[in-house]
Amino acid sequence: MTTRIPRDELAARIAADIPEGAYVNLGIGAPTLVANFLPDDLEIVLHTENGLLGMGPAPAEGRIDPDLINAGKQPVTTLPGAAYFHHADSFAMMRGGHLDVCVLGAFQVSQAGDLANWSTGAPGAIPAVGGAMDLAIGAKSVYVMTDLLTKGGESKLVETCTYPLTGVRCVTRVYTDHAVFDVTPGGFAVREAFGDNTIAELAALTGLELADATGETTDERNQQ
Amino acid sequence: MIDKSVPDVESAVAGVADGSTVMIGGFGRAGQPVELIDALIGTGAGDLTIVSNNAGNGDVGLAALLAARRVRRVVCSFPRQHDSWVFDGLYRAGDIELELVPQGNLAERIRAAGAGIGAFFTPTGVGTELAEGKEHRVIDGREYVLEHPIRADVALVSALRADRWGNLVYRETARNFGPIMAAAATTTVVQVDEIVPLGDLDPEAIVTPGIYVDRVVAVGERAWLRDGAFVGGVDVEGRPLAGDPRPALEGEAAR
Repeated sequence: MTTRIPRDELAARIAADIPEGAYVNLGIGAPTLVANFLPDDLEIVLHTENGLLGMGPAPAEGRIDPDLINAGKQPVTTLPGAAYFHHADSFAMMRGGHLDVCVLGAFQVSQAGDLANWSTGAPGAIPAVGGAMDLAIGAKSVYVMTDLLTKGGESKLVETCTYPLTGVRCVTRVYTDHAVFDVTPGGFAVREAFGDNTIAELAALTGLELADATGETTDERNQQ
Repeated sequence: MIDKSVPDVESAVAGVADGSTVMIGGFGRAGQPVELIDALIGTGAGDLTIVSNNAGNGDVGLAALLAARRVRRVVCSFPRQHDSWVFDGLYRAGDIELELVPQGNLAERIRAAGAGIGAFFTPTGVGTELAEGKEHRVIDGREYVLEHPIRADVALVSALRADRWGNLVYRETARNFGPIMAAAATTTVVQVDEIVPLGDLDPEAIVTPGIYVDRVVAVGERAWLRDGAFVGGVDVEGRPLAGDPRPALEGEAAR
């Protein structure tokens, strides 16, 4: 039986890789959990693509401001130093390569770093893409946060995506409940395996050849 | 004398022709010009193309316009939401056309229209089905796709305050598409909480200069403000919370 860490623990693991001074966009859904684990004593600026840098936590009951929401349309607050801007400016920040990190969910990530996270292509589904394609190509580091396996037990890390693509060769690293994988020119490399998980077990689960990069894991925050 | 103020929302949306392309500001409910949309429904204008980030929430505003069968086509980035049942029903029945555009391309295409740009190459969408059939070009080793401006006959925008010249200030993330849509339409109509005397808006703080604006109408202060100050007491849809738990303002007797 392989080790799977809980989602909160994975969010904390991602947060630990985000250095002070970073401008960060956290995608809708599980990636928003990462905000709960960013240390209070570090200045990390959260971007929300509907037009805010310096996003703070949810407001108290009774202090909800319908004009102040995040990309998931949930009420938020601002921190000192926050700035508002219109949509074209907000996406210029992404497309222009000004964001340091974005964290996204995924249906599939290919070993070339292709991302599929906006559509399963299911017939009858209402299509919606939002900012997914802009985020995928717009940050210096694109992190994916996901379970390694689907509910049906299939690997979300794949040789080639079968779902419609969000972006091509855009993913930097994949944080899963089993392990952290870097996307390298030679395919996926295991950066960190959680618990007792071995490279061989992860290779069996994904059906992919995996390089061993576990010896290269360093504390990035101290490098910055 | 320049006076772009009009007395009511009916005058503000007068003259929208059948078959028009109408931009509607807002991201979800934030910045959605609900009073102008309701007035547009009242005009009876139909066969419209709507350009907006979303395709309506619940049963009000843009969703009500769709429900009234006034819209032939929607250009947006994210129609599917937990409360987009009006759009979902029309789409599944084949009663509405959809052009799905990545959000940043939507914003930049609108911006490009207002800025007089003929078309632009963007990396967003390259290699995806949303770029299929479009011109591609490799520039400095990176692949881009050609995207064209989106212009409109009319833009409906919500802002916080205006003066009679049409200068605008917005509030928080409700700014979203307002500034770029205001510049991209032949006729830009803006609803605001209040129209203040010329000179009262700080020139350093004006986000949309009045050159982009044709009509402004005051619709009254939003429920979560009082005399311009945030008092809360509403949910994220802007509906009052039960029992009105808004804290008493300074100098006001506790309620």
